[in-house]
Amino acid sequence: MNKLLKQTEFYIAVVIIILSIVITIFNPRFLTAENLFDLLKSFSVIGIMAVGVLFVLILGGSPDVSFTAIAQVVEYVVVIMTLKWGGNIILAFLIAAALGTLMGSFNGFLVHYFRVPTVIITIATLNIYYGLLYVFSKGQVIFVVHPMFRDFANIKIGSFINQNNVAYGFTLMPLIWILVLFLGWYILKYTSVGRNIYAVGGNEVAAERVGINVFRTKLFAFSFIGLLSGIAAIVHAAIVQSAIPNIIVGQELNVIAAVFLGGASVFGGGGSVIGTFLGIMLFAIMNNGLTLLKISTYWFNVFVGAVIVISITISAIQKIRQEKSRIKIHIEEKAEDRV
Amino acid sequence: MTDLLRLSNISKSFGGVQALKGVDFTIGKGEIHCLVGENGSGKSTLIKIISGNLQPDTGEIWIEGQVYKHLRSIDSINMGIRVIFQDFALFPNLTVAENIAYSQLVEKKEKFLNWKEIETIARIATEKIKINLDLDEQVGNLSVANQQMVAICRALTSDLRFLILDEPTSALTKKEIDQLFVVVKDLQHKGISVMFVSHKLNEVMEIAEKITVIRDGQNVATLPREEITNEKLVYLMTGKTITYSRYDKKIIPEQKLLEVQHLSKKNNFQDISFILHRGEIFGITGLLGSGRTELALALFGMDPADSGKIFVEGRKVRIQSVKDAVQAGIGYVPENRLVQGLIMKRSVGDNIVTVIIKRLLRNFKLIDSKEWDITVNSWINELGIKVAGSDIAVQTLSGGNQQRVVIAKWLAAHPKILILDSPTVGIDIAAKSSIHKIIREMAEKGVGIIFISDEIPEVVNNCNRIAIMRNGRIIEQINTSDVNEADIQRRVEMSETDSLMR
Repeated sequence: MNKLLKQTEFYIAVVIIILSIVITIFNPRFLTAENLFDLLKSFSVIGIMAVGVLFVLILGGSPDVSFTAIAQVVEYVVVIMTLKWGGNIILAFLIAAALGTLMGSFNGFLVHYFRVPTVIITIATLNIYYGLLYVFSKGQVIFVVHPMFRDFANIKIGSFINQNNVAYGFTLMPLIWILVLFLGWYILKYTSVGRNIYAVGGNEVAAERVGINVFRTKLFAFSFIGLLSGIAAIVHAAIVQSAIPNIIVGQELNVIAAVFLGGASVFGGGGSVIGTFLGIMLFAIMNNGLTLLKISTYWFNVFVGAVIVISITISAIQKIRQEKSRIKIHIEEKAEDRV
Repeated sequence: MTDLLRLSNISKSFGGVQALKGVDFTIGKGEIHCLVGENGSGKSTLIKIISGNLQPDTGEIWIEGQVYKHLRSIDSINMGIRVIFQDFALFPNLTVAENIAYSQLVEKKEKFLNWKEIETIARIATEKIKINLDLDEQVGNLSVANQQMVAICRALTSDLRFLILDEPTSALTKKEIDQLFVVVKDLQHKGISVMFVSHKLNEVMEIAEKITVIRDGQNVATLPREEITNEKLVYLMTGKTITYSRYDKKIIPEQKLLEVQHLSKKNNFQDISFILHRGEIFGITGLLGSGRTELALALFGMDPADSGKIFVEGRKVRIQSVKDAVQAGIGYVPENRLVQGLIMKRSVGDNIVTVIIKRLLRNFKLIDSKEWDITVNSWINELGIKVAGSDIAVQTLSGGNQQRVVIAKWLAAHPKILILDSPTVGIDIAAKSSIHKIIREMAEKGVGIIFISDEIPEVVNNCNRIAIMRNGRIIEQINTSDVNEADIQRRVEMSETDSLMR
């Protein structure tokens, strides 16, 4: 119980529950399966990318900001490729994953060899990837995508009908998100590369000394965020069924904020998949709640800002406490006090 | 006892600088050995050669009768040699169990983890040295002493034959050192050889069977513990006989400068009262964790006290911040001058004027550069700082010269009271005595000095009076003319064993 109280995840879960109760009181539509399915679907894209963001944050606390650009490029390229040559959705996912991994690993190389904070390098690559996309696409929106995306988006597990006689169901997009969450959790907890990511984030010098291949560890994390961005790109294309060159880029800071909120440490070495999931869910519910309560969604930005301040403060306080607890001096009782 | 490791005629140079010259060194199975030498004597180069991180230019390394011309670090590890550096190489964000098991896991090259196995590895290692650690606790939450135990446990997860501990006691309290010794003795019974590496004369000598002294890259002597005396060791380390000259106090302290009454801070110190007179050097000594540094930080306003009174020249002052302390005429030279006392990348001059920069401002708040030059150069001369110019970065200076710069910085502010926390730690003995001279000269000019140090001879020979601190309290205040070094040493240490016995 004591341990539970120390964990960020616990507090976010509490906040989520309270927030859900409040929203439901004002608008009971919040707690309907249809709304929740919808919520999961619309946040599955950033939810998938967030797992990758978490990996990079554990590695050192400095965020990768280029992942939205990677997803943007992949989406556009794959949409054009499928329009030209056809294929099927599985092939689209594979190509997207490969492209994303490639772009992500490029970040990994730069970060390791130039030893510059991740955020700086990835601001650069964000601009390169996104800039090249604009150069070649000239900003053109593709309104009609290959039907495979629509077919994929329409697959439903279970079919229900709401009171207005509209059919709804649980789609594959949030399912992919859930699979990615499991994958991320498993890697971090049960594979050596996952533990190495924590180790490098905790103390890079020590990691090198126990024989961890630091470069390979970093390369893995950056490739992984690239891979997930690629997958997220296809999920996004399936949801919006178009390719707009500037629709994913711009969301990176919200995703990063959600992951920090979920307990990732600004000093590196900390964070969990469950926390990341809860962080995204809190964002999702907040966003959805504002709409349902008919409050201007402009408030959402204020909320995001406040969240970053709070989560960074928590990390910092924890670190200060850890340092202070080590320098406690046991004060001796005076002889006369004891008598 | 058969030899575990033998180095013969090892030499190593780095770009023309000869770090090691024909070093011979032997360690037996189950032997506890101590390697001492001043900073820069070649100790760390020697450790790196033994651990295979550096290749010697000439010489041979024998391990268990097998000769290595090029010992690679993997060979060293395979032969059961482990080095625990001062930073322990631990992961603060991972649990004790995982930290202990990590090098084993990396060695096994398994792609997937078995958490039960990790716990078993860790439990076996902790049981080997009979130490009680919560395996699920995060290492970052542990005390330094327990972190060291985790590092030792990690070394024990492999077939350990030779453990090298680099400055193992520098951050431990006396009690923790005793616990470490118990563990080391235990390792010895298991036939594991242990080597302590140290730059100062200290506790580790107690349990070493042999002591090797290294100076200027050469091993000067290897002697059994019984044949070593403090004076002999100092002589071997420095090549000089150093006897501290006793401070001949010219000023008879009578005018009260600082009076502290019942100063307390929770979890730091309790009920501290003392008086400092004009022109007096007041020593505070005690072991690590006695509260001496915390008291200094409170007097300087960095970590203000919770309760108690402070009077400066009879006037009650409230010290809640560094600004308050500076206004009251208090200066402070911190224990860790590199972190707290100096801006390493800035020049000597910039560092000297940091406290008095306001005094150098003229029209439009611009700095009067002529005055800057005069001030800086006068302090460089006054304290004999050896530097080519006032615009040289502090980080290029030797330890002794850096310490002079910190002192100059505070002297420039003309403090009434100067607190010096371990001012001679980590600087060589010649530089040490010149710092002592500076301190005495300041006292003669009427500055009241609080001199914190855990080196007893130093405080006895430089101070008018000494307060001994233990567990956050002053347990005794002594006039140095009444006692000798051995006396004080006994009181500091006896008090600790005393409290252990209770």
